[in-house]
Amino acid sequence: MSALQVHVEGIGLWSASLADFAALKAQERGEPVTPPAARPAASTLPANERRRAPESVLLAVEVAGQAVAMSGRGAAELACVFSSAYGDQLISDYMCTTLAQAPTELSPTRFHNSVHNAPAGYWTIATGCHAPSNAISAGHASFGAGLVEAATLCITEQQPVLLVCSDIAGHGPLGEMSGSQLSFGCALVLSPQSSERSLVRLDLMLEPHAGPMLHPAPRTGAWQEANPMASAAWPLMQNLARGDGECTLAAAETLALRVVMETAA
Amino acid sequence: MPVPIQPLAVSAYTATSALGHGLESHVAALSATRGGLRPNDFSSAPLACWIGRVEGVEDAALPAAHAVWECRNNRLAWLGLRQDGFLERALDIRQRYGAARVALVLGTSTASIGATEEAYRRLDDDGHMPPDLRRPLIHAPHSLAGFVAEALGLEGPCLTVSTACSSSAKVFASAERLIRLGLVDAAVVGGVDTLCDSVLFGFNALELVSPDPCRPFDQARRGISIGEAAGFALLERTGMAPHAPRLLGYGESSDAHHMSTPHPEGLGAELALRDALARANLHADQVDYINLHGTASLKNDEVEAALVTRSFPTTTRASSTKGFTGHTLGAAGILEAAFALQAIEHGLVPANLGCTTPDAACGPQFAWEVEQRSVDVAVSNSFGFGGNNACLVFGRAPA
Repeated sequence: MSALQVHVEGIGLWSASLADFAALKAQERGEPVTPPAARPAASTLPANERRRAPESVLLAVEVAGQAVAMSGRGAAELACVFSSAYGDQLISDYMCTTLAQAPTELSPTRFHNSVHNAPAGYWTIATGCHAPSNAISAGHASFGAGLVEAATLCITEQQPVLLVCSDIAGHGPLGEMSGSQLSFGCALVLSPQSSERSLVRLDLMLEPHAGPMLHPAPRTGAWQEANPMASAAWPLMQNLARGDGECTLAAAETLALRVVMETAA
Repeated sequence: MPVPIQPLAVSAYTATSALGHGLESHVAALSATRGGLRPNDFSSAPLACWIGRVEGVEDAALPAAHAVWECRNNRLAWLGLRQDGFLERALDIRQRYGAARVALVLGTSTASIGATEEAYRRLDDDGHMPPDLRRPLIHAPHSLAGFVAEALGLEGPCLTVSTACSSSAKVFASAERLIRLGLVDAAVVGGVDTLCDSVLFGFNALELVSPDPCRPFDQARRGISIGEAAGFALLERTGMAPHAPRLLGYGESSDAHHMSTPHPEGLGAELALRDALARANLHADQVDYINLHGTASLKNDEVEAALVTRSFPTTTRASSTKGFTGHTLGAAGILEAAFALQAIEHGLVPANLGCTTPDAACGPQFAWEVEQRSVDVAVSNSFGFGGNNACLVFGRAPA
């Protein structure tokens, strides 16, 4: 099977220790980095929306805004794919707690913010984007599956696509199930053609029946292991920071996605 | 504007809803204009409203091998998979192409959140979930697709689409792209959403739930009736099933307007419709039937009625089937795709059940009563929270 080729034009990143992609590159070079404020700035949102928006939205909008700014493209023209393994776990925890105790007191705003596509909704509203937007999930393969969805959209439609992958820290009984203990998000702007905006080219190949290869590596205690999206995205984010390398991501339970980076974009 | 796509064969499909298990019960109910809504008897503290509940979900236990996925939503998925010989057809497809050459793309808005709600009602003294529900897989949005992938033994791309009420319409688009690029040879698409407290009390909090059976496009409509459903379809290249009905096109768009109300002029809905027709290489006057989103919410029906009235000639027939099934949320896309396919297969334009005094915005396209007429091209509209729109176009195979 021939590889899917997409060109990366922008990269966004946020975690409690890394404010953006530049911070990751600095860290990879062994330089000290200053951690960001506790709450992602999400400056793409109007101020009143930023105050009201749930944490999952702030995180996704923050990394989306970074990637689009780096690409130099207008957000309104970009189709977008938002991937999250768990959605807004804090709202789910609130809703399940309230429903167990006083169901008729459920907050209408938190309910409409609970939809998995809330980040896509807030993003398209804030940027005036009428292009297709998607919100997906694929368990521990949510990063790789998101990359496949975004790349297929980019190539079939011959249009640039924004991919946003993020999960916030869980809380309460639900948090114990998700195992997500800290927030992490990353975003890529992908284009079907190379241009002066291109940073690197990614060659993507599906490798079926790869079950054993996709088993998680032994834990090392690294921070990204405390967020399933971060641990899934980490090999590619590191390669992007270094500017080369190959890695294998999970695209489904037994389906691997080989990602080869070519700098001659 | 998008370029036309190669149509895909819908080589098998099935639906399970308040109207019954499998397609035959749906055709019978639509032909007789017999709805499936009933007074709410769901949850520990039922709200005074009407629901579209599927009979027998509680009894459809999963096979022991898949017990880790047990929950109401996956039970409904399992019940739905076993109708109309769909399970056998899906296993045939896996055999023919290989497990890794078949994609699985399923839509759901709440997945198995009902199981998480139950766990929170039964927390132990230390605030942990009870042991029987400490199963991480079911407390995640991917629960449905994870279970179905395991049940069907599929090893290709596997994706959950969760864009509220457009979820299981958008699955056709994602699957078409995977097939077009040759990443897979076929796809199982579909969606399942089940009744749960989150949606009943959530829509109630938004004051969108009707106390009476929902009345789409009626002047006196008072909101939605929530339902549950499961539906699945098989997509392949047309050469493999030349006589099967076809997916001709799809359109997706964003309103960029508001999280829970549609764009007042139906801008996003119109973009999705225009894109879908362009991909199908058709004009509006070639559409015989539109299955409308028609939720019976004040805003949706006003905007959608205006869109239909200005976009289509009177030869196009339009109706909402939500009066039969309730709004099945993340499963509405696949359920109503099945109605569109049945309209083609049986020449059956369903009535717009529940409407006695049409909204002034409704044009002559509306089919208030059931009609028998030839349908070659049928469209299905699905719009979700966050301004997420999808439109599907299906057609009869050429003679």
